[in-house]
Amino acid sequence: MNKNEIIKRLTEVFRDIFDDDSIVITEKTTANDIDDWDSIEHINLIGAVEDEFGMRFKMREVSGMKNVGEMIDIISKRGK
Amino acid sequence: MKELIFPFDAKTILRRRRSIKKQLLADGSVRIKKKIAVLGGSTTDDVVSAMELFLLNFGIEPEFYQSEYNKFYEDAVFGSPELDSFSPDIIYIHTTSRNLTMLPESPSETPEQIQERLDGQFEYFKNMWIKLVEKFSCPIIQNNFELPLFRHSGNYDGWGWCGISAFINRMNVLFSDYARKNNGFYINDINYLSSVVGLTKWHDPDAWFLYKYAVRAEVIPELAYSVACIIKSVYGKNQKVIDLDLDNTLWGGVIGDDGQEGIEIGVETAVGQSYSEFQTFLKGYKNYGVLLAVCSKNDEENALLGLNHPSSVLKPDDFISIKANWDSKDRNIEQSANETGLLAESFVFVDDNPAECAIVEAQIPNISVVNLTSVSDAMYQLSRSGFFEVTSVSKDDLHRSEMYAANAKRTAQLKSFDNYQDYLLSLDMNAQITDFLPVYLQRITQLTNKSNQFNVTTRRYSGSEMEEVTKSPDHIRLCGQLSDKFGDNGVVSVVIGRCEEKTLHIELWLMSCRVLKRDMELAMLDELVKKCRERGIDKIIGYYYKTPKNNMVSELFGSFGFTLESRDENGDSVWSLDITSYENKNHVIKVNKKEFSHE
Repeated sequence: MNKNEIIKRLTEVFRDIFDDDSIVITEKTTANDIDDWDSIEHINLIGAVEDEFGMRFKMREVSGMKNVGEMIDIISKRGK
Repeated sequence: MKELIFPFDAKTILRRRRSIKKQLLADGSVRIKKKIAVLGGSTTDDVVSAMELFLLNFGIEPEFYQSEYNKFYEDAVFGSPELDSFSPDIIYIHTTSRNLTMLPESPSETPEQIQERLDGQFEYFKNMWIKLVEKFSCPIIQNNFELPLFRHSGNYDGWGWCGISAFINRMNVLFSDYARKNNGFYINDINYLSSVVGLTKWHDPDAWFLYKYAVRAEVIPELAYSVACIIKSVYGKNQKVIDLDLDNTLWGGVIGDDGQEGIEIGVETAVGQSYSEFQTFLKGYKNYGVLLAVCSKNDEENALLGLNHPSSVLKPDDFISIKANWDSKDRNIEQSANETGLLAESFVFVDDNPAECAIVEAQIPNISVVNLTSVSDAMYQLSRSGFFEVTSVSKDDLHRSEMYAANAKRTAQLKSFDNYQDYLLSLDMNAQITDFLPVYLQRITQLTNKSNQFNVTTRRYSGSEMEEVTKSPDHIRLCGQLSDKFGDNGVVSVVIGRCEEKTLHIELWLMSCRVLKRDMELAMLDELVKKCRERGIDKIIGYYYKTPKNNMVSELFGSFGFTLESRDENGDSVWSLDITSYENKNHVIKVNKKEFSHE
């Protein structure tokens, strides 16, 4: 799966979770860039991303991801 | 809202939570406000946000308090200033097997040691409940426990002394015993819930390690729904009637075409058996006080022929209303609702025809619809929907259907009188109007929390608040029962007034709609005035608080002869009555002349 497709689908997930259609994400996006992205929404986000791409993050990955780019790298390897 | 009705899609709810909430808040519906404290043994944020959606959809606007992570015990037993000032209306304790601290550790422990663990663990929870009731005297909802995903000893875990599953099962029995003995204490049965979704789907150990989630995120909406159903039931927001289609819903085939011999019901065929089981299942609801009705496109004669089939479990007498004609179904439902004094939105309509379901859903706001695709699907949907979530069973529930049947006989009698007063006299009505007697307290509370139409203040009381009012020396309380030659209606009217020097302020005045137009409200007023005079009170102040459902009593106090003191723009009004020269108004009901049974 190429990065553009992943970003497109990820954007939809982000927009649903934060209920904000103006959200644009890049590989550099972090929790600091989105107001409502706190630890609780992070859990929700991870769950929704897992559903969207039919995969599960490993525990180490959940706690280790620094930005959306790292998330995309993992999805590109295991996502569907 | 469709997304929030069982069977819902949990993933959609989790992902689109914010926009669903926004839509609910913008839909203009009027909701009762409730403060809910959630004391959790695990992370509760997502439980709370899903519960919020379901409650909003049930007409309840919640405000939440959440304990700090795993501080449920400390909050309950030692208290917290935040929780104290929050002053909850209801408390939900979200604990799971993860919070059992005294589980058996080794097969070398003796049965006595295990028993000590069990007693100790139960005391730990019980202590918490007692402290909470002492402090907040409000309803408590407590999870029981789910079975573990992992076992050391295989099947032995379920029955050996040292088994974890065995221990959990015994704890669950202790919890149930406690719930049965304590009013206002309800079990959220996660033991059932985790079984019905499956333990492999329920548990998510990674989510526990990562986020301290005690259940898999995907199941959280199911859990939240279950709690929301208990809460809405406590506040009287259950549905009341199952309105059923006939052909291919209560039996297989079309009675008009196939005739009585041709329809499938009974043990002879698999299809016939499935309908028998469905009918038996529905009859079970009737036993809990849910009313059954028929709404079918058929000639009435044929409808009755079907219901009188020798193998039909449900007979014509089991239904409070049978509408079998060729009118549109939404009109028939509205009519059944009018005739029984119930709101059409309290009906659950069951039909195998998706087009009929769609029409009814579109025409009657907030009605619930079950499209029967198969008998087993319909039974599952009815079981899991929470339409009829039971939080208490009163004597009244057990006899509700008979009472409505008696009403039909009264209506028939009315037709033979030209003069309404003569008709009322012919009913030979007797009322018992007393202070709140302990035997009726549960029914009084239940009626108080679910009466919407004939209710001037729509004030709700939890069981413990009601107990406080019952003990209060500053209140006058009336509980009215009405019987007539057709049957006993049980407790049908409740009035609570607060005395302030020589004035009585009416805090609650309600009546069940099944005794409308019988002058029972006049009998209650006479008795209230009598009680006031005994205490030297000479003035009664009545309050009407407008809701979308209580328009029928907007002029109640006026009709009693009260003077309008003020009326707000929002429709609320205040009324007063000088009772020094009051004369009794009821002339058709005999009051406190006949002995009523207290069973």
